[in-house]
Amino acid sequence: MNVEVTPLPGIGVREDFAIRAGRRIGVISYREGKFELIVSKEDDPDASGVSIPLTPEEAGTLAGLLGSPQLVARLSEQHRDISGISTRQLPVTAFANRTLGDTALRTRTSASVVAVVRVGVAHPSPGPEFLFENGDLAVVVGTVDGLEAAAQILTGG
Amino acid sequence: MPETTIALIQLGAVFFGLGLLGRVAWRFGISPIPLYLVGGLAFGSGGLIPLHGIEEFAHLASEIGVVLLLLLLGLEYSASELTTGLRKSWMAGVLDIVLNAAPGAIAALLLGWGPVGALAMAGVTYISSSGIIAKVLGDLGRLGNRETPVILSVLVFEDLAMAVYLPVLTAVLAGASFLGGLTSVGISLLAVTIVLVVALKYGRFISAIVDSPDHEVFLLKLLGSALLVAGIASQLQVSAAVGAFLLGIAISGSTAENATRMLEPLRDLFAAMFFVVFGLNTDPKSIPPVLGVAAALAVITTATKIATGWWAAKRQGIAAMGRARTGAALVARGEFSIVIAGLAVASGHVEGELAALATAYVLLMAIIGPIVAKYVEPLSGFLLRKRTASVTP
Repeated sequence: MNVEVTPLPGIGVREDFAIRAGRRIGVISYREGKFELIVSKEDDPDASGVSIPLTPEEAGTLAGLLGSPQLVARLSEQHRDISGISTRQLPVTAFANRTLGDTALRTRTSASVVAVVRVGVAHPSPGPEFLFENGDLAVVVGTVDGLEAAAQILTGG
Repeated sequence: MPETTIALIQLGAVFFGLGLLGRVAWRFGISPIPLYLVGGLAFGSGGLIPLHGIEEFAHLASEIGVVLLLLLLGLEYSASELTTGLRKSWMAGVLDIVLNAAPGAIAALLLGWGPVGALAMAGVTYISSSGIIAKVLGDLGRLGNRETPVILSVLVFEDLAMAVYLPVLTAVLAGASFLGGLTSVGISLLAVTIVLVVALKYGRFISAIVDSPDHEVFLLKLLGSALLVAGIASQLQVSAAVGAFLLGIAISGSTAENATRMLEPLRDLFAAMFFVVFGLNTDPKSIPPVLGVAAALAVITTATKIATGWWAAKRQGIAAMGRARTGAALVARGEFSIVIAGLAVASGHVEGELAALATAYVLLMAIIGPIVAKYVEPLSGFLLRKRTASVTP
């Protein structure tokens, strides 16, 4: 993907690229840390039809939503040869401010958490002391049954 | 009533009044600068309400306003942005100077204000208001547009042009002889070059002098160094504004960003005072005679700025609508035109009418600019369609 990086003197940086649907989509990163999601107009590729201001946290959450399925897809690809093993991305809702060790996921389901995606950043191989926060997504590898059980535990069901 | 009481009441009334004016202005999507000027005209000599007791403070505050305006102009772009801007957009920048400085200079010559008046008026009609333009682009959600970097690069070039122009202007205004003038021009160009090189290579050291993790200390050191540099520059006949501007360029990186954030409210306060004082010192009766010239200049320089933007955007491969937006965005003139006129009038070497013309001109352009920028899309859409229709009958 060819991302065009354009410095905006006095304001920040604009990074955008053309999508297959014909529009340009991108992000302005302001010097003061804000972000803006921009989508070009359909009839005028030079103009932005949508510009949505985002706080750093909102931008991170959006990045997580868009980015973590890709991580899962990559891991699934790697595990394709091992039959019976799959990868899923599971929201962690029942363990805010508690550690990965507290979930006892490995002992209870034999599935393991290979990464945690938080505000758009993947934290690989979290240890048992890893502290969950609201909005975290866990990338879990295991058997189908194990993953089912893991999803139950992580969402407190 | 004791003197301090009267002064406090007057000052409070002035600031509160300006606040109300600013609110009205942004509601209509225009810059408050013209309203501040009108406010000043109303208070001042020959105006409706003469102010006594706060003149001394108002004068000092307006001087600080100029220093802060120029310091923040310098802070706005980093030294590397300035040099990249110079490399990339010098052609558009030169066209900008030729097209937009000429109308002011020619008008001044026709009015018989001589070469010094022409140099000042050239600056007044040349320099776009980066403050108004940045605000308008943000409000209209155009920062993500493809033509926006073109607009910004023209502004960056103008910023650099100011670094050369202001010292030259002050040298000429100081009434130096031709040879003396040339020497001071040479010295100021050398100073600008040195500051740019130092800022590029050792900017972090200068930043380290003023930087502090503590907000209070940072603000005091920043403001202190700005006023010190401005004062020393003024003593060396380079004008306080130029000194502050060069200091702004020399401060770089995250220090510059923090400084901008911290000084913006202060600048808005003191700059408002500067516009009021400029209005105060202009006799309202001197405006009507120059209104015709100002209107003519407004029409011509609106067209020349649009032409500049159109050409600059075309070179970057931007379509017709984007070119029209680029040109329209650049139209607004504001704070720096008034700063230039203020420098010229303060020196006493130009006609007093120059202040009146500059006031009338900025009154028009600060209002026209945002309006043109806002309505350029429907208008040029209509014109472009009409043209296509007439080409293919």
